[in-house]
Amino acid sequence: MKRSIFYLLLWLAVIWCLGPFLWQIITSLKTNEEISALPVTYLPHNAGWQHYDALFIRKPFARYLLNSFIIASISTILCVGLSALAAYSFSRLRLRGARFMLGGLITISLFPPIIFFFPLYEMMRRAGLLNNPLALIIPYTTFNLPFSIIVLATFFRGVPRDIEDAAKVDGFGRLQILWRIILPLAAPALATTAILVFIFAWNEFLFALTFMTEERRKTVTAGIATLSGTTVHETPWGPIAAAVVVSTIPLIILVVIFQRRIIQGLTAGAAKG
Amino acid sequence: MKTRTSDQSFGALLVSPAAAFILCIAIYPIVRVLLVSFFAQNLGTQLEPKFIGLDNYVRLVNDGHFFQTLRTTLFFTLVSVMIELLLGLGFALLLDQRFRGRSFARAAMLIPWALPTAVLAWAWSWIFNDQFGVLNDLLHRLGVLSRPVAWLGNGPTALFAIILADVWKTAPFAMIILLAGLQNIPAQLYESAAIDGAGSLKRFRFITLPLLGPSIMLALLFRAIQSFGIFDLVFVMTGGGPGGATETLAIYSYNTFLRYLDFGYGSATIVVSFVVMAVCAAGIYWPLSRLRFASE
Repeated sequence: MKRSIFYLLLWLAVIWCLGPFLWQIITSLKTNEEISALPVTYLPHNAGWQHYDALFIRKPFARYLLNSFIIASISTILCVGLSALAAYSFSRLRLRGARFMLGGLITISLFPPIIFFFPLYEMMRRAGLLNNPLALIIPYTTFNLPFSIIVLATFFRGVPRDIEDAAKVDGFGRLQILWRIILPLAAPALATTAILVFIFAWNEFLFALTFMTEERRKTVTAGIATLSGTTVHETPWGPIAAAVVVSTIPLIILVVIFQRRIIQGLTAGAAKG
Repeated sequence: MKTRTSDQSFGALLVSPAAAFILCIAIYPIVRVLLVSFFAQNLGTQLEPKFIGLDNYVRLVNDGHFFQTLRTTLFFTLVSVMIELLLGLGFALLLDQRFRGRSFARAAMLIPWALPTAVLAWAWSWIFNDQFGVLNDLLHRLGVLSRPVAWLGNGPTALFAIILADVWKTAPFAMIILLAGLQNIPAQLYESAAIDGAGSLKRFRFITLPLLGPSIMLALLFRAIQSFGIFDLVFVMTGGGPGGATETLAIYSYNTFLRYLDFGYGSATIVVSFVVMAVCAAGIYWPLSRLRFASE
C-alpha cells in the first residue's frame, strides 16, 4: 500500500518534469492543420518532419546551433582553464586574503545578469565587439569563474599534499607539478565543471539577445526567441516546437550521461556558498 | 620563510588571469552603473552624460510604475520560491528512497534544470495558449472548466502561469541541494528514533526538518536572489503584459535601457533593485550563518 503511493507520487513527479518537453515533441510532429484543430489531439495523426525542415531551410537554424556550440565550448575551455589555476592557488599556496576573495566571488556569482547588462553592452559596443562571438565568450567565461573556482578548490583540497612533496623531492618545478601531476589527477573534477559551465553558457539569454542582433550571429536561445511568423500576430508554433526539441537535445544527452557529476558539481558549488 | 614569499607570488600569478576577468567584466560594471545613475544620459541629452546628482533617485521615489514592478517582483519571488522549496523537498524525499529505476527518475527530475529557460518559456506559452493550449483542453476534459481561459491574457492568471513555469524550471535545483542535505543525515538517528517508537511523521518533524535546516536556508538564499532577477520567462511568455501585470524589475530596467534609451535612470533602477535584493539576501543569510555555526 505504502509502496504503491510512493510509485504513484514518483510517476507524477516524472511526468510533471518531462511533460512540457514531451508535449513539444508531439507538437513538433503535427501538421499545421492539426496544431490548430479542436479538440486537441494527443497523438499526431500524420506525424512528419516538415517543421524540422522549415527550421533548417527557412531559418539559419543550423547556424544558431553552431554559434551556440562554438561560443559555449570556447567559454568552457577558457573558464575551466583559468579557474583551475586560481583554484589551485587558493587551495594550496596559502594566498593572503583567499577567504575574503572567495566570499566576494560567491556573492558576485549570485547577481542577476541584468545588473551587468548596460555597462557590458556599452563596453562591447565601444570595443566594436557587438555581433562578435567574443561579446558573449568574455562574459560567459567571467560569470562562470566563481562557481568553477569554488568547485575546483574543493577538489584540490582533497588531493594529498604528500603527492606534491614527493614530486618536489624528485626535482619537479612548481609549474611541472601543476601541469603533470595535479591537473591529470583533477581530470574528473575538471570534466564536472566543464559540463556545468557548458550548460550555463548554452542556456544564457539576456546577453545573447542583445549583443548578437545579426541573424547569422545569433545563438540558439536568442534565435528561437525571435522566431516569428509570416504575420506579426501569427506565432509559428510548429517550427518553434521543433526548435525547442533540437536545441534542448544536446542538454538532455548531457544530463542522461552525466547526471551524477552534475549533481556532485552543483552540490560542491552550492555547499561552499 | 623564503619559500613562503615566493609561494605568495606564484599564487598571485596563478590567480591573476581570473582576477583580471572578474575585475573588468564583473566589478567594473557595478561601479559603472553606480556612476551613471548620477547622470542624465538619455534622448533628451542626446545620449551625452550630464551630471545631475541625485535627480534620478528623486524621480524614482516618485515613480509609481517602479514600485508596482517592485511589488510584482517581490510577490513573484515569495510565492515561487516557497512552492519550489516544497516541491524540491518532495522530489528529494522521493529520490532519497531506494527503488528500481532511481537513476532514470533522477535524470528526469534534473532535466528541467538543465534546459534553457528562454527556450522552455515557449513550451509553457504553448501549454497556456488560450485557443489550442493543452491545459485548457485537459481542464475541460476533467470538467473543471466549461470555457477556455486566456491564461496569458489576464493579469492574475498570467502571473500564475509564469510562477508555474518558474516552479517547474527551478524546483530541481532546490531538490539537488536538499537531497545532499538528506543524505548527510546519519541513518542511526532514524534507527534509534524508530526503536524509541517514533512514527515516520514524528521522525520527519524532529530529525529530518531540523537537520535539513541549513540546506533549506541555502536553497532559499540561492533561489530568492535568482528569482528576484527573473527576466527570461517573463520576456518570452508575456513581455511584462498584459497591461504591465507581469512586469518585473529586470524587465522594467531592460525597457528603460533599450526601449527608452534612458541610461541614467535605468542605472538608478538597477542600483535600487540591487539594494533591495541585498537587504533581502542579508535577511536570509543572517539566520543561515547562525544555523551553520550551531551545526559545526
